Amino acid sequence: MSVENPKTRIVEIEPLTRVEGHGKVTVHLDHDHNVVEARLHIVEFRGFERFIRGRLLWEVPVIVQRLCGICPVSHHLAAAKAMDAIVGADVLPPTAEKMRRLMHYGQIMQSHVLHFFHLSSPDLLFGFGAPVKKRNVFSVIKEFPELARQGVMLRKYGQEVIEYTAGKKIHGTGAIPGGINKNLSIRERDALLGNIERMIRWAGGAVGVAKDYTLSHLPQVEQFANFKSNHLSLVRDDGALDLYHGNLRAIDASGNIIFDQVDYTRFNDYLMEEVRPWSYMKFPFIKSRGNLDGWYRVGPLSRLNNVSYIDTPLAEKEYRTFREFSRRKPNHMTLAYHWARMIEVLHCVEKIHELLLDTDLQGTDLRVTGARREEGIGVIEAPRGSLFHHYKVDEHDQVTYCNLIVSTTHNNSGLNRAVTDVARKYVGGKKRITEGLLNHVEVAVRAYDPCLSCATHALGQMPLVVELFDAQGHLLHTNSQYVDRPAAGLKP
Amino acid sequence: MNKTMRITVDGRKIRASPGQTIMDACDDAGVYVPRLCDVEGLVPQGSCRVCTVKADGHTVAACTEPAEPGMKVENDTLEIKNYRRDLVRMLFHEGNHLCPICEASGRCELQAMAYRLRISQATKYPYLQPVRPVDASHPDIALDNNRCILCGRCIRASRDVDGKHVFEYVGRGIHKRIGVNAENLAATNASIDDYAMSLEVCPVGCIIRKREGFFAPIGARQFDREPIGMDVETRQEHHVPKRRPDPAFGNDGTK
Ligand code: SF4
Ligand code: SF4
Ligand code: FES
Repeated sequence: MSVENPKTRIVEIEPLTRVEGHGKVTVHLDHDHNVVEARLHIVEFRGFERFIRGRLLWEVPVIVQRLCGICPVSHHLAAAKAMDAIVGADVLPPTAEKMRRLMHYGQIMQSHVLHFFHLSSPDLLFGFGAPVKKRNVFSVIKEFPELARQGVMLRKYGQEVIEYTAGKKIHGTGAIPGGINKNLSIRERDALLGNIERMIRWAGGAVGVAKDYTLSHLPQVEQFANFKSNHLSLVRDDGALDLYHGNLRAIDASGNIIFDQVDYTRFNDYLMEEVRPWSYMKFPFIKSRGNLDGWYRVGPLSRLNNVSYIDTPLAEKEYRTFREFSRRKPNHMTLAYHWARMIEVLHCVEKIHELLLDTDLQGTDLRVTGARREEGIGVIEAPRGSLFHHYKVDEHDQVTYCNLIVSTTHNNSGLNRAVTDVARKYVGGKKRITEGLLNHVEVAVRAYDPCLSCATHALGQMPLVVELFDAQGHLLHTNSQYVDRPAAGLKP
Repeated sequence: MNKTMRITVDGRKIRASPGQTIMDACDDAGVYVPRLCDVEGLVPQGSCRVCTVKADGHTVAACTEPAEPGMKVENDTLEIKNYRRDLVRMLFHEGNHLCPICEASGRCELQAMAYRLRISQATKYPYLQPVRPVDASHPDIALDNNRCILCGRCIRASRDVDGKHVFEYVGRGIHKRIGVNAENLAATNASIDDYAMSLEVCPVGCIIRKREGFFAPIGARQFDREPIGMDVETRQEHHVPKRRPDPAFGNDGTK
């Protein structure tokens, strides 16, 4: 049983799927104990696609939120967009589209902030080498109380935006096929407007922290899992950053366009998924570049490499600095994800401000429907990158097919590269997995912010296990630690 | 009209008319007796036992038990509440209820009852977690038996109000289910305009009006606004008496 309480919000007794998973890294050595390759194994659970089959189409945007405790709103909206296509809602009423955007910006903001302040700031503020005991959010609260407070408040603000648009901070119901189920009341609008200036200031400050860190640790940042790749994301039709809707653009490592303004419903013509025997998670690649060179990254870094500009002034200013830093070429530094992420937070807060001043949010025209289709694809830029939802629905309104490509799957190759890169540097002929290696692997994995639970379609905390194999495939050593995801976060 | 009588509920004296059930007398007096299978507008059936009370020391179903002059009724005692909790819990165990993804959430009487009875923890018993197929054959109505609590309200509504016989019980014991009187819902004469298909009848998310799910935002749903039973408890003294089917109608809805 799991009951949700409108008032006390207790509960969640049984998750949809209670599946244990873990992130496992295997490091493979040659005869001279050099690292040949490191592989990130993610136990993938496909139970979800099965569960959703037979369910009714309007339930889908609500059900898919159970996939992920971190960014349920992204799944909610990607599914709603796919269902818009199925119910023939090709153009949503402005109120609906803007409410959904507001929800989405709130979500990206709170997710990025959670990631930065709660998960990454300890790494950045205390250094990766610091022991786990020190490298945690509690030490940040102790030693950088003001920063920690701003992190908590920014996140809380994002959650409030979600609550006012989706009805609840987590697992709401706002988006429905063809629209939205509520508008923004004047009271809700004013509550959000009251704090917006502060949020913009703090978000600007957070960009500063990430930027300063990057610039003052250049040697480390440049060395740490810095490798070339293609990048993929949605962009608006004028090339601007658009996290909610747009067309697909891909660029290569030097910034040349591979394809641009591709209608995402045709993604199958441009992307393919490769299966490798040792992994349940597929490896997508850009068809025209083949499986060896066609792998790409998604997420904040890729988005900022991809877009032509940002349409909000403060974020645009930061974005220019960011681009100048890599001389307008794509930035490939894994650690620059943090900087990119904070620029996006600033963009989201500016967008939220813009929307709050728009009276369309108080409109009452909430949904449309049109000619029914059998198939729908919804793509959105989730905090961690492009998220694809693809469904087929029969004439009885029941789902017959579902395929999800989540950000972590897009990043699968990148993650494996990053892990290999780190292993090469830190195994260093040793036959043991030191805590240093473990920490660095964890940091590399975390920089992508892989939603392991989402990629595996499981829920919960997962241990990261690193195993070292010799050339004959014998296990030399194994070591593990928890990749903690405080889904509930810190209470302010 | 016969003379009214008095009964006591948890020490409070209330009026009852002859032939009235304990439940109806309580409702008229603004005393809420929790219930699931009984609903205004239908003949009481007395099957869920959530309305269990003690009348002069005997446990009875308030929705079917006639009030007697001077009767002493225990309704809101710990003992009775614990019975009700167990009954409601069992309903969660028997079906497959995932409230956060259910479109009845917020207007579901089972869920609201769980809150009213302060049930929020799992019990130590296993959940049966049945996987029952959804009947979505009808263009406007779907039936998700995973959430059915076998209250029979749909059967009575279809039979006594709509004059149709769309629903019926099939099977026995633990295998008892709500069935439809044809191969599937599409093959019956069910219509979205039937009373049986209205939101008033099915207390849970089993009878589904298609393409309306999640239209009501969180916060504006029936039990977001007030807990179940509050409507009864806040009744004014001189209210319109409860609506029950006209006894002149037979059980099959014909004169
Ligand atoms: S029918 Fe009621 S109790 Fe069952 S899942 Fe739906 S809301 Fe919850
Ligand atoms: S379908 Fe609904 S009304 Fe009918 S028995 Fe089941 S729960 Fe009761
Ligand atoms: S309400 Fe009386 S037995 Fe169900």
